[in-house]
Amino acid sequence: MKTKKQKPRLTWTTFKGYIPLYLMLLPGLVYFFINNYIPMAGIIVAFKKYSKRKGIYGSDWCGLKNFEFLFKNDAALIIRNTLLYNIVFIILGMVVGVALAILITDVYSKRCKKLYQSAILLPFLVSIVVVSYIVFAFLSAENGMVNNGLLKALGLPAVQWYVEPKYWPFILTFVNLWKGCGYGTLIYIAGITGIDPAFYEAARLDGASRWKQVTNITLPCLVPSLITMTMLNIGHIFSSDFGLFYQVPQNSGALFSVTQTIDTYVYRALMSAGGIGRSAAAGFFQSIVGFILVMGANLIVRKISRENAMF
Amino acid sequence: MLRTKSNIRYQIIINVIMMLVTLIMVAPLILLFISSVSSEKSLLVNGYSYIPKELSLDAYRYIFSNRQTIFRAYGITIIVTIIGTTCNVMLSAMMGYALSVKKLPFRNIINFYIFFTMLFSGGLVPSYLMWANTFHIKNTLLALILPNFLLSAMNVILVRTNYTTSIPEALYEAAKIDGASYLQIFTKVVFPMGKPILVTIGLFSGLTYWNDWTNGLYYINDPKLYSIQNLLNKMIQDVQALQANASAAGSGAAMQIPTVSVRMAIAFVAILPILIIYPFLQKYFAEGVALGAVKG
Repeated sequence: MKTKKQKPRLTWTTFKGYIPLYLMLLPGLVYFFINNYIPMAGIIVAFKKYSKRKGIYGSDWCGLKNFEFLFKNDAALIIRNTLLYNIVFIILGMVVGVALAILITDVYSKRCKKLYQSAILLPFLVSIVVVSYIVFAFLSAENGMVNNGLLKALGLPAVQWYVEPKYWPFILTFVNLWKGCGYGTLIYIAGITGIDPAFYEAARLDGASRWKQVTNITLPCLVPSLITMTMLNIGHIFSSDFGLFYQVPQNSGALFSVTQTIDTYVYRALMSAGGIGRSAAAGFFQSIVGFILVMGANLIVRKISRENAMF
Repeated sequence: MLRTKSNIRYQIIINVIMMLVTLIMVAPLILLFISSVSSEKSLLVNGYSYIPKELSLDAYRYIFSNRQTIFRAYGITIIVTIIGTTCNVMLSAMMGYALSVKKLPFRNIINFYIFFTMLFSGGLVPSYLMWANTFHIKNTLLALILPNFLLSAMNVILVRTNYTTSIPEALYEAAKIDGASYLQIFTKVVFPMGKPILVTIGLFSGLTYWNDWTNGLYYINDPKLYSIQNLLNKMIQDVQALQANASAAGSGAAMQIPTVSVRMAIAFVAILPILIIYPFLQKYFAEGVALGAVKG
């Protein structure tokens, strides 16, 4: 018979022994309180007419005015951009990541394998500001390599890249993939290495082609981690990489129709005169929807594979 | 793997594909370097190119002659990275250790308190208003260190998990029988034993601080406090502003702008430390990715 373990009663003498541990926790807990919890409470600023003199809590309430303004004007565009980019990024990131992971694990030479792994993670480590410099080297209207080298050689007219919105969905997708695909690839490589080699040996004995092995063994075995990654990404589908959308298009106003996402909008509105209301409203919307999505995504992950769930 | 004909052919094909991918990954960084050692004239006349008409180290000479601005920004980045990373690692280690002690009263409540910060965030606006108007960190060095990056729940959880799984309970018991306090167990046993995880989170924390430009964008407008990333950001903005005003203001101001190759040289210098340490610490970087020690 199982006996229920009685929790020892907390007395001052036992508690005293733990005080050093609480002291070790204290600075971090204070930091979380300031950096995370105070702003959580401050989210009510979305319902206020903020005045710097009165502060967040002293400012007058204004009901849903900020939201009315936001949803009448800008909401549709920024939500559309944020969602569409994220959907494309999630799908392409997964396809490219899995493909590269399969290729790299198949490479026979250990040294080459290591080289490829190092190379694909490299762009991930470069700051987005430097990335924007590199993109500028390619796309600058006067000196860019694309206009000067490629298009001129092909006899095509130069393109004013930084004022033509139609190219940017592709440019941003490519930059995102270039910078981020190494991250997913490494995770999928870990997943593939975890597959029991006996499966592949049996398939080889049965004469299964490499392609058959991929579709019948590798991919099915990756499904749990694919679903987990996708759900976690969907949990963050309302947030965007501020640097990618602000820095890489160089804050060019002509491109806002395809580069303005919730995060860039929140920043730009916050910094513009009188924009704090709509900025706070957009931020509030992002936080609440984001929270619901993260919780929902986790619920689904938990159903599929308990150990991959966040909680 | 058998050395059959089809296997060899397959190896050749995948290696060729991966070589191409490697090239795509590395080529843009090479362009950055080559532009930084191209002469200004060849950049202006022929544009950015992998095969510049003329090489020159003028850009790097310019960086050395302008020590006040560029070295200063570099120094600020180094200071901020060292302070921020040290705090992050120390705080994560202390919290991770305390929470790995299973008998600690209120442990679950504290765990939830930390974990909840990963689920919900107040967003930029309240956070900005608090740091700027309540704590007045605008245009201080603290603005580059405090907001967002000093500690992350993920790091605390990673350290905690690592300590609970890799350090056997018996070790704590043995240390306690010897009369060691929790603090002594931490400094003498746990901290030295659990170093690899601290290196991993430290590496990513350092990377975050080194590459961060957002805190500087939000809170710094005094050029004296620019980090290297903010300096780069400012330089590209200035060029745009000057280009926009060029026809109105005449070309006199153009002399002041750091030239094209100089900008590329500073950008290259900004990523140089990462390029240098990466080959040596590749293992830790890959491990950090696998663990998820990456912020946002």
